[in-house]
Amino acid sequence: MMEELFVSGRHIEHIDPTLTLWGGPIAIYLFLGGLAAAILIFANFFFLMGKADKYVMTVKVSTLIPPVIIVIGLLLLVADLHHKLYFWQLLLNFRIESPMSWGAWTLSFIMIPAILWPLIYMKDIINYLSDRNPKCRLLKTLSWIDGMANKFKIVRMVIELATKYQKLMAYITIVLSLILGVYTGILLSAFNARPLWNTAILGPLFLTSGISTGAALLMWMSKNHHEKILFSKFDLVLIAVEIFLIIHLFMGMKAGSQVQVDTASLFLGGQYTAFFWVGIMGLGLVFPAVLEILELNRFNIPSWLPALFILLGGLAFRFIMVYAGQFSSYNIL
Amino acid sequence: MRYAMAMDTRKCVGCGDCVVACQTENDVPFGFCRDWIVENVSGIYPDTVKMHFKSERCNHCDNTPCVRTCPTGASHVIEGGIVKVTHDECIGCGACIVSCPYNARYVHPEGYIDKCTFCDHRVAQGQDTACVAVCPTTALIFGDLDDEKSPVSIALRENEWYVLAPEAGTKPQLYFLK
Repeated sequence: MMEELFVSGRHIEHIDPTLTLWGGPIAIYLFLGGLAAAILIFANFFFLMGKADKYVMTVKVSTLIPPVIIVIGLLLLVADLHHKLYFWQLLLNFRIESPMSWGAWTLSFIMIPAILWPLIYMKDIINYLSDRNPKCRLLKTLSWIDGMANKFKIVRMVIELATKYQKLMAYITIVLSLILGVYTGILLSAFNARPLWNTAILGPLFLTSGISTGAALLMWMSKNHHEKILFSKFDLVLIAVEIFLIIHLFMGMKAGSQVQVDTASLFLGGQYTAFFWVGIMGLGLVFPAVLEILELNRFNIPSWLPALFILLGGLAFRFIMVYAGQFSSYNIL
Repeated sequence: MRYAMAMDTRKCVGCGDCVVACQTENDVPFGFCRDWIVENVSGIYPDTVKMHFKSERCNHCDNTPCVRTCPTGASHVIEGGIVKVTHDECIGCGACIVSCPYNARYVHPEGYIDKCTFCDHRVAQGQDTACVAVCPTTALIFGDLDDEKSPVSIALRENEWYVLAPEAGTKPQLYFLK
């Protein structure tokens, strides 16, 4: 049977002919959120394990990153709103059914420990950085922040209090970071109208992918051999779990209703196939995993190489999920 | 009370009066629309070719993903099951647009998200919606499903009907008579 369809009187920006309401800023934000969550999880976890002085980069120095990238992510989010001046409405309402509301509140709460953590270790961080490179430009800014923090009695008191209850804070931060990491996936899975997103596995998948990018970044930045090897191993496990979850995602789709089968076929022969399997599975997961296995077997591979591929792979994964998800939809004609 | 709309695909000639009436009644900005016409041609010329029109809009679902995903509560359901957006609470994040299987919402040029309101301001005064009021072939029928004598209840009782994407599970309240 031949069938032709026209929709007359309608061509609305971002919606027709296919939905493209969310784009790059959302994908980048999901990436930064996952990365920040991962760094906080590792920092707080190794602090609780009593490794603060052994893994200086992980527990102390790397915690400079989360507050910065969370703020960048939030700015991207607000910039992506269409009714920008009303963004404060997010913070006047808490809606238990809406993942976006959960996310807004989690991000607000997590900023407190994310800012306090590097402040607690500011002296150590400055010492660490000036040992490596006394001309480091960041040092000036950090010294200024340290000076400002010490200038005000109230800030000093808060930092002292945080140091006193640092263990409790670490437990809370880990829970908040896990929520943040899962949220980057659950945000998308809440949308029933988009078959690619509407699966509960997206939460664990985005969490795993986020932690894996965090481990890659720590592996890259660390100058301590033990630390590098440790995160290299972490990353291998996380990559394996991520591949397993991705296979699960498609198995679930293939076993689902017709719209889900159609969605899966976008990646299994359809328009996103090459980019997904070569770009993300190949260059973003398998290739860096092979490099890391070689590295662990004493081949001389610079650690920035697999790390860079994992980070770019994680970013590309979020891009493709955001775009392909909006492409997938119910047949309403 | 449960407002619903029936749309008779056998009567519709695709004139687009419902679209224009809505744009006029609700000050819909130029280039946008809250309802629209879908023209479906199927079969092989000249033997089995068939054509029918549908006038579509927000389905005012019973199970509303748009209300559920709204982070601020701007999207809400009022009495009679009408789904509305409070402009001053809307941040324009687009969660409701992304969660709607029917693509019934759009971003108003002023930033908030806009959609069909089932002309609740007219319905409150006992009038039909603007699109129903102007339909020259009476293909559009509006009313209260809880009232057995309402035009929409009668139309659904006496005709075969279907809804769009029932598999999305949203329990849409825009019925198409066939």
